[in-house]
Amino acid sequence: MKKIWILARMTFHEAIRRRIVLTGLVLGILFLIIYSIGFGMISKQVAIDGLSRPDILARAMQNEMSSFMLNAGLYAVAFLSVAMGALLSADALAGEISSGTIQTVLTKPIRRSDVVLGKWLGFAGLLALYLLLMAGGAILIAFLQSGYLPQNVLKALMLMYLEALLVMTFALACSSFLPGLATGGAVFGLYGLAFIGGWIEQIGSIFNNQTAVQVGIVTSLLFPTEAIWRRATFEMQTALATVLQMSPFTTRSVPSDVMVIYAILYLLGTLVVAVRVFHNRDI
Amino acid sequence: MTVAAIETEALRKVFGDHAAVKGLTLQVSQGEVFGFLGPNGAGKTTSIKMLLGLVAPTSGKANLLGAPIGDRATLARIGFLPEHFRFQDWMTASEFLMLHGELLGMDMQALKKRRDELLERVGLAPFRNKQLRTFSKGMLQRIGLAQALLNHPALVFLDEPTSGLDPVGRRLVRDVVHELRNEGTCVFLNSHLLSEIEVTCDRVAFIRHGEVVRVLELATLNGNQSVVTIRASGWTSELVAQLEHWAHDIQFTGEQLTLTVNNEDSIPEINRFLVAQGVNVFAISPSRISLEDIFIETVGKDGGL
Repeated sequence: MKKIWILARMTFHEAIRRRIVLTGLVLGILFLIIYSIGFGMISKQVAIDGLSRPDILARAMQNEMSSFMLNAGLYAVAFLSVAMGALLSADALAGEISSGTIQTVLTKPIRRSDVVLGKWLGFAGLLALYLLLMAGGAILIAFLQSGYLPQNVLKALMLMYLEALLVMTFALACSSFLPGLATGGAVFGLYGLAFIGGWIEQIGSIFNNQTAVQVGIVTSLLFPTEAIWRRATFEMQTALATVLQMSPFTTRSVPSDVMVIYAILYLLGTLVVAVRVFHNRDI
Repeated sequence: MTVAAIETEALRKVFGDHAAVKGLTLQVSQGEVFGFLGPNGAGKTTSIKMLLGLVAPTSGKANLLGAPIGDRATLARIGFLPEHFRFQDWMTASEFLMLHGELLGMDMQALKKRRDELLERVGLAPFRNKQLRTFSKGMLQRIGLAQALLNHPALVFLDEPTSGLDPVGRRLVRDVVHELRNEGTCVFLNSHLLSEIEVTCDRVAFIRHGEVVRVLELATLNGNQSVVTIRASGWTSELVAQLEHWAHDIQFTGEQLTLTVNNEDSIPEINRFLVAQGVNVFAISPSRISLEDIFIETVGKDGGL
């Protein structure tokens, strides 16, 4: 356990030294600044438009617009976290194997699984910080500018974290036997598949097309990222939006609790595969 | 009886349909400095990787310090400098040693002391807070060597430890190996620099196609065996036959004669004998048999390709 911790610390340290953290931080802050400006301008516009309308309608509009804007912001954050997770771990094992830096580490009295779990833990910590900064920042900006705070914020954040962890873990597992670029290709390919599957399911459910819904479910089983994201937006969705179904971020076909449990098991299973494959391979 | 440092029996590794190591059977005693020689592609690095648990053997057995390979407690008593000395280059020299010491499970206080000692020993103390990415090849090899010695190992594997080093650095490695021998550490040295091997090793094994083809005590080599070339006229075949008193492997080609003596002291005696027999001696030139000669003789000029 101590060795896992040493390796997690090393992974964290490496990300700081290699300026991954700094780059993420600078671009993240830039993102939040632009987001804040955009949110403020739109908020003001909606408020001006609301002056000519009855109070209750104006408030509802303001609320819906804030919700929409926050969802858009969080959608970008979710994608950036996914990309961060994939980029962090795609070359983590493969790169160290091909460069040979892993050799002095693995010939120490440690288990091979310590290396996989240590890296995983380090990346998980980095992703948590990144998500907290970005999603936390976006939610705070929305709250400060419009007083809007979505319901179930914590639950939604946890789901977004799960989504990023899924991608990171999957990339780490691929990286235990594939070169970095191939891992990147596989991860983003699957992510894209899940994304389009999710949309087919959404649109299918509007027209009550069962086949389309099933296509979505199958792709969600293949890679549950999009399903988890949709569940996250559903958790934050306003009651009005659920009734009206008026924006691309409203969710019609809601991934169930079973899907969330499936995603957690998927993550654990992927981690087990990563450990096993790395355990058995020649370095 | 003390256990062997390294003991392998028919250790074999097959990649696809290619046997990188056909069947390595080897015994290295504790405290011995052992050279592992062979042409490129002879399976030396794969053999070392199998011993260290980086590569799983297809078949065969091996023990390190009495325990089967892959035993974690044993790895805490082993040092390893890998071939291409690629390390975590974003770390400083000091951090690098601390990380590896921690992975060895060393006590913090002892580790810090050992780190300072080793940085001093390999001449990197002034660069302790520099990142490894700024290091030259030779400096990386030095820090790699320090890393291999952190735990006062009972057995050290050095895979091409001098390939990136200048003469000063090579001298350092040679001195360190001598110190290790004096401390009773077994050193397993894989190198192409035969002159290095010649001065540092007690015994060598020649590997070809992943099999030991010959094991040699270097003490016998460092005796006085020489190949002597004699240019003279007035030979008789009877005279040539009489030279067998001092020499063997006698070959006669026209005016020139080559023979091998076991002791260089025989050369003046041969000279006196020939002169006394009325042979006109123009030149006698001895040349020591080097490890290189034996290497070429053992693995062949094709290098085992």
